[in-house]
Amino acid sequence: MTTTTPPVARRSPPARRPRSPGRVPWWAYALLVFATFICVFPLYWMFVVASTDTATANQMPPAVIPGGNLPDRVDLVFSTVPFLRSMINSVVVAGCVGIGHAVMCSLAGFAFAKLNFRGRDTLFLVLVLTMTVPMQLAIIPQYLIVSELGWVDSLQAVIVPGLLLVSAFGIFWIRQHLSVTLSDELMQAARIDGANTWQIFWRIAFPIVRPAAFVLGLFSYVTAWNDFLWPFVVLKSPDNFTVQIAIKALQNNYDIDLGLAMAGSFLATLPLLVLFVFVGRRMVAGIMEGAFKG
Amino acid sequence: MRTRTLPGPRPSAPPTAPKGAAAGADGPGPVRHRLAERIAPYSYIAPFFLLFAVFGLFPLLFTFYIALFDWNPIGDRTFIGFDNFTRLWDDGRFWNATRNTLSIWFLSTVPQLLAALLLAHLLNHVRLRFAGFFRMTMLVPYITSVAATTIVFAQMFDRDYGLLNWLLGLVGVGPINFLQSTGASHVMIATMVAWRWFGYTTLLYLASLQAIPRETYEAAAVDGAGGLKQFWHITIPSLRPIIIFTVVTSTIGGLQIFTEPLLAGRATPLTCGPTRECQTLTLFLYEQGFGGYEFGYAAAIGVALFAMIVVIALINYLLSTRIRSER
Repeated sequence: MTTTTPPVARRSPPARRPRSPGRVPWWAYALLVFATFICVFPLYWMFVVASTDTATANQMPPAVIPGGNLPDRVDLVFSTVPFLRSMINSVVVAGCVGIGHAVMCSLAGFAFAKLNFRGRDTLFLVLVLTMTVPMQLAIIPQYLIVSELGWVDSLQAVIVPGLLLVSAFGIFWIRQHLSVTLSDELMQAARIDGANTWQIFWRIAFPIVRPAAFVLGLFSYVTAWNDFLWPFVVLKSPDNFTVQIAIKALQNNYDIDLGLAMAGSFLATLPLLVLFVFVGRRMVAGIMEGAFKG
Repeated sequence: MRTRTLPGPRPSAPPTAPKGAAAGADGPGPVRHRLAERIAPYSYIAPFFLLFAVFGLFPLLFTFYIALFDWNPIGDRTFIGFDNFTRLWDDGRFWNATRNTLSIWFLSTVPQLLAALLLAHLLNHVRLRFAGFFRMTMLVPYITSVAATTIVFAQMFDRDYGLLNWLLGLVGVGPINFLQSTGASHVMIATMVAWRWFGYTTLLYLASLQAIPRETYEAAAVDGAGGLKQFWHITIPSLRPIIIFTVVTSTIGGLQIFTEPLLAGRATPLTCGPTRECQTLTLFLYEQGFGGYEFGYAAAIGVALFAMIVVIALINYLLSTRIRSER
């Protein structure tokens, strides 16, 4: 809550009701509806092209109503690449990154917010500095390290470095959260009752921070699900592809069937859309509280 | 912690278990316990720093080292000093990629931030109905993957079967081959980037707008300031920190644009367009490293990217300290 109320605001007498802000003009709704249309239309279009056969899709003017070809296309997607396998891979990767990230950030955020240890402030400064450096520019040595570990073409090559994709900011956010919500008196009381650091974390800090950690995990899940460059570099065989790389493989058939990659894209987006229906509100709230910036 | 046994006011006891006598008397148990307590904070932060050391810091430093070699991943490596850098300086493809990256960044960032400003302003209206719905849909592009976004937009921008060229045809503009023109291909890539991020930026701006106390606007209205004046003298100054933040993140993100040109350039994925019309710096790095197996040269491109990011970070630092002193 960083509302810096300037002194000038106090000038209006508190008794007076705020002036009625008036009705929202119609053009505001028109613009917002237009923005909504822009946000949703590409997904609708994905569905239209995926469900129309190539001959119809190539007509001018283009068909704008979904056709009945979706089941055939989906069959084709699953027979062209091991798509189901890719889906499972993506769930594994995104699930591990999401949970791992939430746990890692909660623990480290707790330590930075509430524990005293030598080098804390220096280490925190290092952490903040790491947020500005995008890791993509070091992709050559990262690849060398992963191949040295013998991880090329395996899922842990995506999961383990993937934990780093968004970490520093998450730790920063949990720290902010805990330094406001967890009082030192409560910590003291727990210590006197004989709780050790782990018990304080697990029984007091974690329940407080759980909603925040959940939102963090969601954002890492989405980020890991959608990541492209690094999986594209380290995953070689179709059985190990994540779903994004499978879409790229489908795209190679573009000249034969342009609906194929669209159907793949649609299927790859669908799980997140379904998830979004349930947790979208919390993600919006998370962004507005500053949970995720990157 | 349900079992709080101590009644009444607590003495301000030392935060850790009693030291000294207790530890010695009770044997190894408490000693081990105390040691565990001492290292607990470090073990909580260790996972991040360990990961960062292995997959962040070390690769970053190693990039500088590799850049000094003629480094072939399967063959041998020879130390060549700064040859990779002089070669990069004279390489027209590098400057082409730099120009493309800057152009795509500019074309995607400016309209995106302006649209976000306008939309956040509209969404901030207290009497707005369906506000929750509008906010949710703003985030739909963000959860759509870059790969899916690129594939659907590339289809819409297609020369022969694309929706956009059909619409352009209706107003008498001939079909544009978006991949074979530098300007048009940049517009296409920038559209993909802006589409994915404008809603997210809108929500960031909206959060900042909501932090401005209503009274500030009321006081301004009492003093006779109209809507435009309020926007210019209250809204924009309050949003300045978040605007700078979004410009910086979009710049750092802009330097990393990779998936859009790779997938949009279907037949020529490594160059995005037959003659590198929309090849970005990161795609150029990928082409050299994993297309041509010139790891040393690719690392030199990485170093160049790093230098650009340092410059951006410095500009950001100067700007934000100036803002703080102005306040």
